[in-house]
Amino acid sequence: MINYTWLYVLAGAIFASFAIGSAMDRTNPRRFGNAAFWGLLTASFWFGDFLGDIGNGVLVLALGAIAGAHLLSRGSKESTTVRERERFSERYRNRLFLPALIIPFTAFVGTLLFNYTPLKVTGLIDLKATTLVLLGLGVIIALLTCYVWLKPPLTAPFEEGRRLMDSIGWAGVLPQMLASLGAVFAAAGVGTTIGAIVGAIIPQGNIFLVVLVYAFGMVAFTMIMGNAFAAFPVMAAAIGVPILIHQDGGNPAVIGAVGMLAGFCGTLMTPMAANFNIVPAALLELKNQYGVIKAQVPTALAMLAANIAILYFAGFRP
Amino acid sequence: MIDYWPLLGIVLVVIGFALRFNPLLVVAVAAIATGLLGGMPFLKVLGVLGHGFNESRYVSIIWIVLPVIGLLERYGLQERARTLIVNMRGATTGRLLLVYLGLRQILAALGLTSVMGQAQTVRPLVAPMAVAAAEKQHGELDEDTGERVKAMSAATDNIGLFFGEDIFIAIGSILLIQGAFAGFGIQLTPFQLSVWAIPTAICAFMIHGARLLLLDRKLGVRR
Repeated sequence: MINYTWLYVLAGAIFASFAIGSAMDRTNPRRFGNAAFWGLLTASFWFGDFLGDIGNGVLVLALGAIAGAHLLSRGSKESTTVRERERFSERYRNRLFLPALIIPFTAFVGTLLFNYTPLKVTGLIDLKATTLVLLGLGVIIALLTCYVWLKPPLTAPFEEGRRLMDSIGWAGVLPQMLASLGAVFAAAGVGTTIGAIVGAIIPQGNIFLVVLVYAFGMVAFTMIMGNAFAAFPVMAAAIGVPILIHQDGGNPAVIGAVGMLAGFCGTLMTPMAANFNIVPAALLELKNQYGVIKAQVPTALAMLAANIAILYFAGFRP
Repeated sequence: MIDYWPLLGIVLVVIGFALRFNPLLVVAVAAIATGLLGGMPFLKVLGVLGHGFNESRYVSIIWIVLPVIGLLERYGLQERARTLIVNMRGATTGRLLLVYLGLRQILAALGLTSVMGQAQTVRPLVAPMAVAAAEKQHGELDEDTGERVKAMSAATDNIGLFFGEDIFIAIGSILLIQGAFAGFGIQLTPFQLSVWAIPTAICAFMIHGARLLLLDRKLGVRR
């Protein structure tokens, strides 16, 4: 059965190519810092299951130390100039989009084929990992297509991938790091504490005010944890179920679904949701690392108001 | 009696991010501090942190697309995306992003959340197209405007994803709500929950869509 382990081997190989490429890149003033950073990530992907929890913990601290000591930089070598790229773009025209579309197309058709045909019961792909496995398959097909069609030097994809990875830098590992911070928060009882605080400030007798506390609690806790998943069980236990549903007779489907969506408004406004908010700023080479959040805040606040209205009017119909 | 000590880790994160220390370092330090203040011995905290990191590796898998995207950029992908938009009559930044928003919401609602994304589609295609359209409307972009158009491209992808995916019945968050409520003896089907994601999805399309068309007006489109 194809599961996450296969993907980790593939991703580890790509990170290993970044590490080796970094070590050999003389235009990067901190090439060994980059090599060590991506080398450690390779170790995590290939051997993480054998390192033990404490070994992995040391690895996490080492990644933090390398990034914190500013040992990461980027090379200055450009493989093609703007002029060359414009010439290539004229030569290959819109066919250039095809390999880029192979990845989403494989994921799309593959997921449909797998889920709606007898393939699903063959157990070929781990159900938890289906889309990501097909994404990986799409990457491999797209790479092979590029090799055959564009005939680049053998190492070119990995050089170019490293160029992008260098521009993202430490932000590329931040989402995974924040996920592990979430694990520590949970173990240290942060959720219980916040639930208790929220539970202590609930206003009595006014359903609208309770809805407000519920929605704002979801937003605030989501902003702290970086995702609404961690916030939901806490807020449901503190307010959603005992007060809004049992005491005030709210519609459970609305309280659940729209409460979660109120949390998503918080996800749009926090740097803790790094993969959505910080990574794209790096990926698009924005000057302001909070630029994406800034662009999202007005929509997020308007959506929060909309969700509160839906909670109140649809959740408590007489 | 509420134990407030573990919350100090959150304060550390906020201060660290605000003072712009390296976020990886801030997170590592905050994790250790939170664990210690929560009464765990150091090695236990280190173990929880390491275990969490190992179990979350799937979060970083997305970077496997970089070699393909980078290679195509070497052969002029971004330039091609720009040319396509420049030659398309009536294409504006707002309209382009509006179409992308709708498409992202619909595909996410069908459960196809990884089909589009910041690395897969925004960086190589959507952002360069949006910038090219803005240049057509506005002339050359100053730095702030260029940043704003790119940031709006990334924002549109997130908003389309967040307010589309919950309509799909087998998405993680819907299953989480179902599971959490079942723990309190409230039985709901995923379908009952996902139906209630639809009003929010429509609001998102209208609210963010209106902002996108306003962006067009700011960029100087005459209608």
